[in-house]
Amino acid sequence: MTKRKNQLTHPLDSLVRTDRIPHIWCPGCGIGTAFSACLIAMKSSGIDLQKTTMVSGIGCSARVPGYTNLDSYHTTHGRAIPFATGMKLGNPELNVVVFSGDGDLFAIGGNHFIHGARRNMDITVICVNNLNYGMTGGQVAATTPSMSKTTTTPMGNPEPPFNLPLLAFASGATYVARWTILHTRELTKSIEEALQRRGFSFIEVLAPCPTGYGRRNRERPLDSLRFYQEKSIVKNDAHPADIILDYQKGITLGTFVNVDRPTFTDIYEKTCRLDPAACM
Amino acid sequence: MKFWRVPLDATEVEVTQGVVHIIEDRCKGCGFCIVYCPRDVLEESPHFNARGYHPPRIKKEGACVNCHYCETICPDLAIYSVEAQTASS
Repeated sequence: MTKRKNQLTHPLDSLVRTDRIPHIWCPGCGIGTAFSACLIAMKSSGIDLQKTTMVSGIGCSARVPGYTNLDSYHTTHGRAIPFATGMKLGNPELNVVVFSGDGDLFAIGGNHFIHGARRNMDITVICVNNLNYGMTGGQVAATTPSMSKTTTTPMGNPEPPFNLPLLAFASGATYVARWTILHTRELTKSIEEALQRRGFSFIEVLAPCPTGYGRRNRERPLDSLRFYQEKSIVKNDAHPADIILDYQKGITLGTFVNVDRPTFTDIYEKTCRLDPAACM
Repeated sequence: MKFWRVPLDATEVEVTQGVVHIIEDRCKGCGFCIVYCPRDVLEESPHFNARGYHPPRIKKEGACVNCHYCETICPDLAIYSVEAQTASS
């Protein structure tokens, strides 16, 4: 574009590849809000952005690292966490942030997620949960609520969904939180906290998907936000088993787990790196 | 501002003033900023931007308190506010 009417610069433009903006997300999609919350948190947390990388798999949410003006990696489907693990082990100084969607992290890459959490890799995982496979046209995913309609379940989804914070907690994640895109302040604070701490941090972000999920369930983006406003309860330190996403009764948000445990790198150094003096 | 009980330091606290900037051609017209502005500063404008959406426009000049909520909730990085230069500052 040669002629530009607006010379306004957004405060986050320094962290965004502005030549790729406007992004691909539909009007009313919540991923953009999670994206800006992540950027604000990165700016305000004071971490060294020269030593920060973003990794993602495949999907709408996984396009975020492509729009971030940092070293970022768009990996194969579901393999964001193994890639991040390798990167962290290769250079333990890096802050590695995995930003991906529910389908990528919990269906295709579900196995990698549980093992990343079990090992307590020192990475931050932000998962945008939009309740379906948005990019491929709104198919049923592992997080689609029971009885909701998608392209592949036109009569209603017969399966129960995953409770992502419980899965993360049971696998051994040391920081587990859930927010919606309406709670941007808390979400930003939570991402900031996760970036500054050591250990496997998992943050689930509920976001509307107007084109894939909303269209078939008669839920416009502003309806979803109104639902988040009216039906969500903030209950920090609630047990992850008690916070099943129930769209009839209400949803529980908050920071559920925040504990300290030695990370994989710490234990590996202690156990497997032999002291050169002892080998002599 | 309406209080149910006036805070003791209400006269001392200086409420910041903000100026909202809208990058119209980035907007996709989702309306999040219009609905969730705590001071109800914005409204949908009748004109179209380059991509055929109705961007927000300022309804109440001078009502913004620079809380940055529109900035954080906008999915398209299309709106932001900066502190207004007041005579006292």
